[in-house]
Amino acid sequence: MRGGMRNPMPEQAAEVRKHNFDEVATGYTEKTAIDEAQRCLNCPKPMCVTGCPVNVYIPKFIHAVSEGKFAEAIAILKQKNSLPAVCGRVCPQESQCESKCILGIKGEPVAIGRLERFVADYARTHNLEKITPASAGVAKKQKVAIIGSGPSGLTAAGDLAKLGYQVTIFEALHAAGGVLMYGIPPFRLPKDIVQYEIKNLERLGVKIIPNAIIGKTFTIADLMQEEGFAAVYIGTGAGLPHFMHIPGENLNGVYAANEFLTRVNLMGAYKFPQVATPVYVGKKVAVVGGGNVAMDAARTAMRLGAEHVYIVYRRGEAELPARKEEVGHAKAEGIEFKLLHNPAQILGNDQGWVTGLECIQMELGAPDASGRRSPQEIPGSNFVLDVDMVVMAIGQGANPLLKQTTPDLNVTKRGNIVVDATEATSIPGVFAGGDIVTGAATVISAMGAGKKAAQAMDAYLQKQA
Amino acid sequence: MAKILRKAELAPAVFEFVVAAPLVTHRCQPGQFVIIRVDETSERIPLTIGDFDREAGTITLIVQAVGNTTKHFCQDFQAGDEILDVAGPLGRPSEMKKFGTVVCVGGGIGVAPVYPIARAYKALGNKVISIIGARSKNILIWVDKMRAVSDELIIATDDGTEGHKGFVTDPLKEMLTRGDKVDYVIAIGPVIMMKNVAATTKPFHTKTAVSLNTIMVDGTGMCGGCRVTVGGENYFACVDGPEFDGHQVDFVNLMERQKMYKNQEALPYSCGGHCKCVEE
Ligand SMILES: Cc1cc2nc3c(=O)[nH]c(=O)nc-3n(C[C@H](O)[C@H](O)[C@H](O)COP(=O)(O)OP(=O)(O)OC[C@H]3O[C@@H](n4cnc5c(N)ncnc54)[C@H](O)[C@@H]3O)c2cc1C
Ligand SMILES: Cc1cc2nc3c(=O)[nH]c(=O)nc-3n(C[C@H](O)[C@H](O)[C@H](O)COP(=O)(O)OP(=O)(O)OC[C@H]3O[C@@H](n4cnc5c(N)ncnc54)[C@H](O)[C@@H]3O)c2cc1C
Ligand code: SF4
Ligand code: SF4
Ligand code: FES
Repeated sequence: MRGGMRNPMPEQAAEVRKHNFDEVATGYTEKTAIDEAQRCLNCPKPMCVTGCPVNVYIPKFIHAVSEGKFAEAIAILKQKNSLPAVCGRVCPQESQCESKCILGIKGEPVAIGRLERFVADYARTHNLEKITPASAGVAKKQKVAIIGSGPSGLTAAGDLAKLGYQVTIFEALHAAGGVLMYGIPPFRLPKDIVQYEIKNLERLGVKIIPNAIIGKTFTIADLMQEEGFAAVYIGTGAGLPHFMHIPGENLNGVYAANEFLTRVNLMGAYKFPQVATPVYVGKKVAVVGGGNVAMDAARTAMRLGAEHVYIVYRRGEAELPARKEEVGHAKAEGIEFKLLHNPAQILGNDQGWVTGLECIQMELGAPDASGRRSPQEIPGSNFVLDVDMVVMAIGQGANPLLKQTTPDLNVTKRGNIVVDATEATSIPGVFAGGDIVTGAATVISAMGAGKKAAQAMDAYLQKQA
Repeated sequence: MAKILRKAELAPAVFEFVVAAPLVTHRCQPGQFVIIRVDETSERIPLTIGDFDREAGTITLIVQAVGNTTKHFCQDFQAGDEILDVAGPLGRPSEMKKFGTVVCVGGGIGVAPVYPIARAYKALGNKVISIIGARSKNILIWVDKMRAVSDELIIATDDGTEGHKGFVTDPLKEMLTRGDKVDYVIAIGPVIMMKNVAATTKPFHTKTAVSLNTIMVDGTGMCGGCRVTVGGENYFACVDGPEFDGHQVDFVNLMERQKMYKNQEALPYSCGGHCKCVEE
C-alpha cells in the first residue's frame, strides 16, 4: 500500500510544452495505473459516484484496473460514459467525483479522472473495443435527428443508435465534435481522440451530415414533416461569444476567444502557412476572463509565440472558474495573472490596431446572491496595460439562429431552450440539452443531458410507433 | 463533397463555377451566401450564391482570385472536381417586397450577387433599374443576365469602353438629382463603392442596403470575427446580415478590419478588385 498521496501525472516540462501543441499530460503507464487503482478502498457506499453527473461505476472500473483487467474496465466505463477519453482529460474532477472520494479526507483522493483516461487510451491503442452496428439483427426503429455534434449530441446519438433508432446528426461546421474540436486546444485534448470516438459512433450506424445548419439548410419543421424524422434532439451548445461593450472592441487585434481558438484548433492556424487560415498573435496579449476558455486562449497565445500573456480577471484567485489544474499549468507556463482587474476600454492607433488595455483595479465587497464576493471598482486606479492583442473570454450565450426559424420553440430571455424534467421542449417530439439549455457548463453535464434525453425520446417514440 | 459541374472564365481572374449543392438549394434565397472549404488545408471562405436552380440542385458561384484560397480554387479546380465542403445557405435573405422602383447597383464581381436579387425584385413587380460597373468592358460580367431581369440597365466603365464613362455613382446621382422616383437602392461591390453609393443616396433619404463582405470563419454567429458597427451597435454580418442599412454602416471600421491579416496574406488588400472604385 502506498501512503495518502496519489500518483503524479507525468507531463511535458513547462519550458518545453509552452512552445508546442502536443498534449501537456502524457498519461499513466500500466504500472502506475494499477498502483493508483490499488489505492481505492472499493467502498461499499462509494461517495465518488454521487459526485459524477452520469454516475460512472467508479469503484467497479477501478477494481478491474487494479487487477489489470482493462477490457473489463472499459466496458464498465462505457455503460455510463461514452467518451471516457475525453472526460478523463477535461472533467473538473476536483469538484466532481474526486471531491467526494473518501481518501480525500485525510490524504489525496484516488485519481479517478486519470484512471478513466488511462483505461480509455489503453482500450483505444489496444483495440479492446469491438464495435458492431447496433442495428444488426434488430428491427430498425424510427429516424431520429440530432442537431449539433458536441458531447451532448454525440451522447444522445450513441444511446439512440444502440436502442436501434436510425440516427442522423446534422452539424453546422465541417467537422463533428463541437467545442471538443473547435474550442479545447489539442494540448489538452488531442483531436485524433475526438475523431476516434466519432468514428466509433459512425460504426454504430450513426450518420453525420456536416455543413448542415439547422434553421438555414433545413428547419426543424422540414426535418419532421419532409425528411421523415420522428423526433429531434437539439444540442447546439452555447456558441455565441459575449463582448463587454466597452470602447475599442472592434479594433484589429481584438478577438473573441471562440474566433481565436477556432482559427487555431479547427482550422489549424498554428501550422500557417502550411494551412491557409491565418491567425494574428501579438507580442503582448491580454486575455479577459478567468474560466477554462480564458486559460486555453492564454496558453494558446503563449504557444504561438507571444512574449507576454496576461489573464485579466475582475475577481480574485479563489473565484477563478477555471479548473485548478489548468490555472496551475498556465502559471507554470509563465502566464501572468492580473487578478482584481477589470478592462475599461481598449486603446488603438489611427490604423485601427490595438495598442493597450485600460484596466481599473477592483476590490472584493460583500458576498452577492451567488455567494461570491462581488468585485467593486477602486476609483482612480485606472492604468494602461501595454498590449497589442486582446482576447475576450468572458462567456458565451445561446446562438439565436435556430430559434429564428422555429417560432414555437420556447426559450428564456437569454435564448436558452426551455425543457421539462425529461429534456422535452415546447414542441412535441423535440428535445434539447447541453449548453443550449443550461448555458455554458461542462462536457460531462452536456453528456448527461444527452443520455437523459435519449431515454425520454425512446419512451416518446415507442408511444408513436 | 460538392461536384463542380461547369467552370467558365468570365473576365480575367473571375470564374464562374456551377456546383451541385442540393442541401443549399433546398431553402436558399437571394442575398444569402455559402462558406466553402475547397480542400483539407484551405480556409473557410464566404461566397455569395450568385444564382441557383432548385430543381437541378445547383448553385452558381462567381469567384475572383484575390488571395491564396481563391487563387488556388480558380486555378486548380476544374469541372468534374469536388469541393470538400459547402455550407449554407447562410445569412439573412434580402428584404423581399414590392418597393416600387428599385435600383440595383453592382460593382465588379458584385454584379453576381446582385443578379438574383434583381431577378426576385422584378418577379415581385418592382420596376428594376440596374447600374453595373467595372474598370473596363472586358471585365464586365453577366451583362445579358442583368439586362434580362431589369427594366433598364445602365453600364458604367472607368475607361468608357462600354456605356457611361465614370463611376456607378454618377448615373445614380443623376437620377436622384433629376427627381426620378427611386424607392430602394441595393448596392453590392467593393466597400469603397458601397460607401460611395450610400453617401450618394443619403442626402435624398433613399433607403439603401449594402452587403458587407467582412472576414468570416464559421458563418453561424459562433466566432464573432465578422462583427461590424451599424448605427453605433455591434452586429455579426453572418447572421444579422450580410445586408445592412448603408446609411448606418461604419465603413471605415469595416475597411480597417478587412486588413487584419494583410501581413499574413502577403498580398495587398483587394476585395472586388476589378471595380474602378478600388483605385480611387
Ligand atoms: C475553450 C473551451 C474550453 C472548455 N474547457 C472545458 C473543460 O476543460 N472541461 C469541461 O467540462 N468543459 C469545458 N468547456 C465547456 C464544454 O466544452 C461545453 O460545456 C460542452 O462542449 C457543451 O456541449 P454541447 O454538446 O452542449 O455543445 P457544443 O460542444 O457547443 O456543440 C454544439 C455543436 O452544435 C453545432 N451547432 C450549433 N448550432 C447549430 C445548428 N443550428 N445546426 C447544426 N449544428 C449546430 C455547433 O457547430 C457545435 O458543433 C470548455 C468550453 C470551451 C469553449
Ligand atoms: C458574405 C460574403 C460574400 C462574398 N461573396 C463573394 C463572391 O461571391 N465572390 C468572391 O470572389 N468573393 C466574395 N467574397 C469575398 C471572399 O470571401 C474573399 O475574397 C475570400 O475569402 C478571400 O480569400 P483568399 O484566401 O483568396 O484571399 P486572402 O489573401 O486571404 O484575402 C484577400 C482579402 O479577402 C478578405 N478575406 C480573407 N479571408 C476572408 C474570409 N475568410 N472571409 C471573408 N473575407 C476574407 C480579406 O479582406 C482580405 O484582405 C464574399 C465575402 C463575404 C463576407
Ligand atoms: S465522467 Fe468525469 S465526473 Fe464522472 S467519473 Fe469520469 S472524470 Fe469523474
Ligand atoms: S470514494 Fe474513493 S476510495 Fe471509495 S470507491 Fe470511490 S474512489 Fe474508491
Ligand atoms: S463568421 Fe463567425 S460569427 Fe460571423
